[in-house]
Amino acid sequence: MSGKKSDFVKFEQVDKSYDGKELVVKGLDLDIAEGEFLTLLGPSGSGKTTTLMMLAGFETPTNGEIYFDGNPINNIPPHKRGIGMVFQNYALFPHLSVFENLAFPLKVRKIDKAEIEERINKTLKMVSLTGFENRMPAQLSGGQQQRVAVARALVFDPKLVLMDEPLGALDKNLRESMQYELKHIHETLGVTVVYVTHDQGEALTMSNRIAVFNDGKVQQLSGPNELYETPVNSFVAGFIGENNTFTGTVKELASGSAKVETSTGEIILANPIAVSSAGEKSRISLRPERVNINPTEQIENRFEAEIKEIIYHGDHTRVRVNLLGNDDFILKVPNASSNSKLNLGDKVNLGWSSQDCRALDY
Amino acid sequence: MSAEIRTSDGELLSVKLRKVERRRRTTAFLLAAPLLFFIVFAYVIPIFQMLGRSVDNVQMNEFLSETHEVMQIWDGTEMPGEDVTSTFFYELKGLVEEKNHGKIATRLNYEKGGFTSLIKKTARKLKDFDENGNFLDQFINVHKKWGDIEYWLALKRGTDAYHFRKYLTTFDYEQKFDGSIERIPEKKRINVTLWLRTIFVAAGVTFCCFLLAYPISHLLSVLPTRYSNLLMICVLLPFWTSLLVRTSSWMVLLQKQGVLNDTLVSLGIVADEGRLELMYNMTGTFIAMTQILLPFMVLPLYSVMKTIPPSLMRAATSMGATPFLAFRKIYFPLTYAGISAGSILVFVLSIGYYITPALVGGAKGTLISNRIAYHMQQSLDWSLATAMAAVLLVAVLIVYWLYNKIVGIDNMRLG
Repeated sequence: MSGKKSDFVKFEQVDKSYDGKELVVKGLDLDIAEGEFLTLLGPSGSGKTTTLMMLAGFETPTNGEIYFDGNPINNIPPHKRGIGMVFQNYALFPHLSVFENLAFPLKVRKIDKAEIEERINKTLKMVSLTGFENRMPAQLSGGQQQRVAVARALVFDPKLVLMDEPLGALDKNLRESMQYELKHIHETLGVTVVYVTHDQGEALTMSNRIAVFNDGKVQQLSGPNELYETPVNSFVAGFIGENNTFTGTVKELASGSAKVETSTGEIILANPIAVSSAGEKSRISLRPERVNINPTEQIENRFEAEIKEIIYHGDHTRVRVNLLGNDDFILKVPNASSNSKLNLGDKVNLGWSSQDCRALDY
Repeated sequence: MSAEIRTSDGELLSVKLRKVERRRRTTAFLLAAPLLFFIVFAYVIPIFQMLGRSVDNVQMNEFLSETHEVMQIWDGTEMPGEDVTSTFFYELKGLVEEKNHGKIATRLNYEKGGFTSLIKKTARKLKDFDENGNFLDQFINVHKKWGDIEYWLALKRGTDAYHFRKYLTTFDYEQKFDGSIERIPEKKRINVTLWLRTIFVAAGVTFCCFLLAYPISHLLSVLPTRYSNLLMICVLLPFWTSLLVRTSSWMVLLQKQGVLNDTLVSLGIVADEGRLELMYNMTGTFIAMTQILLPFMVLPLYSVMKTIPPSLMRAATSMGATPFLAFRKIYFPLTYAGISAGSILVFVLSIGYYITPALVGGAKGTLISNRIAYHMQQSLDWSLATAMAAVLLVAVLIVYWLYNKIVGIDNMRLG
């Protein structure tokens, strides 16, 4: 990415409070690179939407400064920022046709008629809505309205586009196809996108980088696979994907390995991520798909478990077992024919590598 | 021929459906029936009966039916012949015996002034008439007005069963005895002035209400519920107070020695001898009516504004529109439905407003409704009063028709 700024958007020590009592965003430092698709992911109330609104200019930071393309923008009103935005419920103007909706940002910029038409045609083609110019928003399906909203945010060639849970109102199938479509649009245009969602699947599919928000802070900022594979704390591990946990106390700590004693007295070999000394309490995180059933090879952690429940899920079967006092330990078993001999009440051996089980903060 | 669809027990689907639905429909109708009957008998029928009075002259026509009939062949260019005068004599005699001549005297007096005394004097002298003599001469002997052909013409016209002359009067026109229609003398013209004033006041009050209600409604629609409820109570408070009380309190506030003038004088803004004339003129009517009708504008506006998501304005500004432009191009057009619904409500209510202009309007601030009341209560010319009321009704219907043409009645939101 030569010539592209790595700090195209920069949040510097940004705090935000609505009521003067509680901070919704706490000391946010965040750099967004030019051309990047960055997702702000987090549960509701985690500060992600507030962060987006501050960037759009609809909220003012209580403290700190936001830079856009090198310039501080705290005192620039939203209409002068030139940032495109897609809203949660599309916010299409109901009294204007699709064409007029798209023409709005262009007319405001006093672009001449011929060019307006050309740009709108181009943008509608991009979102595959050619021929819908004269429809009113109410005559469109949810997915089509969504596309119009995206087209409208892109038609004036903004350098930055913000999206606030734009797919939240669509049904599951449509949401998935729109995810790919948005990703392709981003790749084609090379525009910087900041995307807010609480849907981790959406975030993992679309983003270059994901900032996981909780409690007004960025918990982890990394690419989708690192986020899933190597969560840095319990919140991220629990929030992204499925996760089995044990709680315990660190007995021994060496580089690359920690011995953690669980509440039932067993010792688990784990990868120390967020523990710093022996005697600390820790929460161990282990992805269900990283557990082997009846492993044949040598493996660092091996324990016996009892099958409590078998739930058929089509392409895989989820098996709930009792392991080391954890009654909610979940296994994901692919529905291959070799795995069909699991029965309720059976005892099985489970094994996993110490690298896959991460000792995080308690 | 398409095949008829039948239910599984062999009956026609359409017949079966009607049977099944009939019970439900009957119940629904029975529930609505009391109100329907009430409206028809206590509202619709009386209104049409009343409006009928504006053209109805059937009683007069019956009292003097034979006279009216023989007068039809009289062309009215010369004095009527003996056939007319003799018929009139016998019918008048009958009316005097039944003591009904007073009624025709009053009624004929509307057609031409002087008829009351003329009929009364003639009635007293009827017994002296010689039934074998010339009736016209004897009438003229009793009162010389009978020698004036206009009285006979008025008698002919006054016994028509139906007429539309009151509608002419409503617009300050009159029909001469030769049938021509002319404006009445300038000094007597009052109704057209009142109509124009009524429309002007109604339009003005509507506009003032709009100006005041728009920001309030917007505020109501964006405030958090606990504040907006309080504000809403303030807006609705007038609804909970008697109209008379409200108008009287405006009198307390606006009169020359009233609260407002006192305050202005004590603040030194107005000199004591130059106290403002805020009442018994158009200003008073305007101020009081605007305040009283304000809720009718606020409610439809509020209900429309409440449905406009705040994200629309944000979207517009994010696309580069200044807040003003976003308001003009996005927010304002979306409130048209509320503006039109509120405007039509306030306009229609103010066009027929009575109490407030009667109390604070004075001579210069009275409206057509006050004139209608005058004709109902003082002059007792009910025909004219109902003609005016009918015109008012038609005016309101025209407003509705226009509204439906321009906005569509389906778009009306009233809260």
